[in-house]
Amino acid sequence: MSEILVLIDHSDGEPRKVALQTVTAARSVAGDLGAEVTAVWLGEDGDDAVEAVGAAGADTLMWWDSDEADGFVTMPKVEALQQLHADRDVAAIFFVSSNHTKDVAARLAIRLDGGVITDVTGLSVEGDHIVATKEVFGGDLITTSRVAEGKVPFFGIAANAYQAAEDGDEAELEEFEVELSDGAKASVVESVEKVAGGDRPDIGEAAIVVSGGRGLGEESGFELMEQLADALGAGVGASRAATDAGWYPHRAQIGQTGRTVAPSLYVANGISGAIQHRAGMQTSQNIVVINKDAEAPIFSIADFGVVGDLYKVVPKLIEEIKARKG
Amino acid sequence: MKVIVPVKRVPDTAGDKQLDPNDKTVDRDAGEAVLCPVNEFAIEEAVRLKESNGAEVKVLLMGPENAQPIVRKALSYGLDSALQITDDQIAGSDALGTARVIAKALEGEEFDLVIFGNQSTDARTCLVPAAVAELLGIPSLTYARKLEVDGDTVTVHREHEEGWDVVTSKLPAVISVVEAINDPRYPTFKGIMAAKSKPLDVKGLADLGVSPDEVGSGAAAATMYEFTPRPPKEAGTIVEDEGDGATAAKLADWLQEKKFI
Repeated sequence: MSEILVLIDHSDGEPRKVALQTVTAARSVAGDLGAEVTAVWLGEDGDDAVEAVGAAGADTLMWWDSDEADGFVTMPKVEALQQLHADRDVAAIFFVSSNHTKDVAARLAIRLDGGVITDVTGLSVEGDHIVATKEVFGGDLITTSRVAEGKVPFFGIAANAYQAAEDGDEAELEEFEVELSDGAKASVVESVEKVAGGDRPDIGEAAIVVSGGRGLGEESGFELMEQLADALGAGVGASRAATDAGWYPHRAQIGQTGRTVAPSLYVANGISGAIQHRAGMQTSQNIVVINKDAEAPIFSIADFGVVGDLYKVVPKLIEEIKARKG
Repeated sequence: MKVIVPVKRVPDTAGDKQLDPNDKTVDRDAGEAVLCPVNEFAIEEAVRLKESNGAEVKVLLMGPENAQPIVRKALSYGLDSALQITDDQIAGSDALGTARVIAKALEGEEFDLVIFGNQSTDARTCLVPAAVAELLGIPSLTYARKLEVDGDTVTVHREHEEGWDVVTSKLPAVISVVEAINDPRYPTFKGIMAAKSKPLDVKGLADLGVSPDEVGSGAAAATMYEFTPRPPKEAGTIVEDEGDGATAAKLADWLQEKKFI
């Protein structure tokens, strides 16, 4: 039987939430393709993940138990998947559509003569091939694409496009070994630095994102944003005006030159909503706007908007949330 | 050292963006075209290498003939020379097809570093830098928030969801940068004037030894065959606060109704 390989992105021995969503995305088309779903764990602690990836829809978990997988940049993952592709009947390769995994897909697609569709938000099967939808131009257009006949299809699944299933049986664990080429060891990972505030979810995969802009007026406004985020269990983002002002790290910038997010709920505080910002967030399912300028363009995409002083509204909102959560 | 900065001509995000209904590619004549804003961070990093290491920097653009003002714009930041790849056959290439053309162009050049922006503001696939590196058989150190060159070694801080990896590699290498890496300067008047007379080479596919069968819409491995505009959003509920924050309760009601609380 053919297989859909799903590269599992993981951190501290746990599969990332979006990796499990990607397994479920593969599961959604596997039946119609007559394929099985094979999750691929490259690195240590893979045996602990059989329940989680199985619940999300994987039949098998292929595990390369080696510290080399994350010890060198990109190439160990490319060579491991290349080997699996050579040994097995692979119908498609799925990956999390995020920074470092896109590199794995790009390099492997060149090696295997594949075609890559990134940032996929929907999938279906027509005949014997997979059709993918994605949103382009900041969500202004929804496109339908497929990979050409005879090419190995790669699909990068956007965060939160699928909800990870939790009802599948434990995946069967199968170990494999990879002999890396010298070329794969050319770029060395010397250390991994994790930023403080890591308890909050990454904005790319958070279900709720709270963000702040120029209207905060000063850096300390982000303390209020973090309090609101913690009350909601959200990640914290910022507009470019706020990151350029040095009020919050650039890595949190949402917009055309920064991150693109599509959470279930986006809470924009003191953000006017220039098109450059909207391009990074307007596909969010629900948008709340708090801004004292009633003319701010972001109100045009708000599901719920408050015209008012965020320093008056947000503290009360935090109290309300805490009281209701008990 | 020698550095090459590939840049892209993209539709202005603030302008009217359209897909051509015939070939389903970005209609690059529909609105105002600009130098991709993410490229400015790559250019700034190259200018810094000029200042610190005496690097010689060439800008590389693949695009239509009328992209020349974008090349001159890139040069106006103080870069030394330019190579423009222009050929009607390239139209409709996907990310990997684009990477094939850029890699072929780079094969004909001398370089220690190739510095991309991590994404373009139109397609945003992020695939091109790593694909180019694969075709050239050299390392790709992407999403750099910090870049240091010491002799023949490059150290990069690669940004990811939880922080960054500190990675090292020998040159030559392909880099892509994120906007956290620097604060780009504006071109000076002197730079703008000087850009007009900087050497600019224009090459076609035949000059690069690329067969037209390998690129363009016919060879694209990923093809889009349908697109629809996003349905317009229904107007939301807007409430005005009287200055006492009392609307917070209404907002909390709404959040509760939507099960976010």
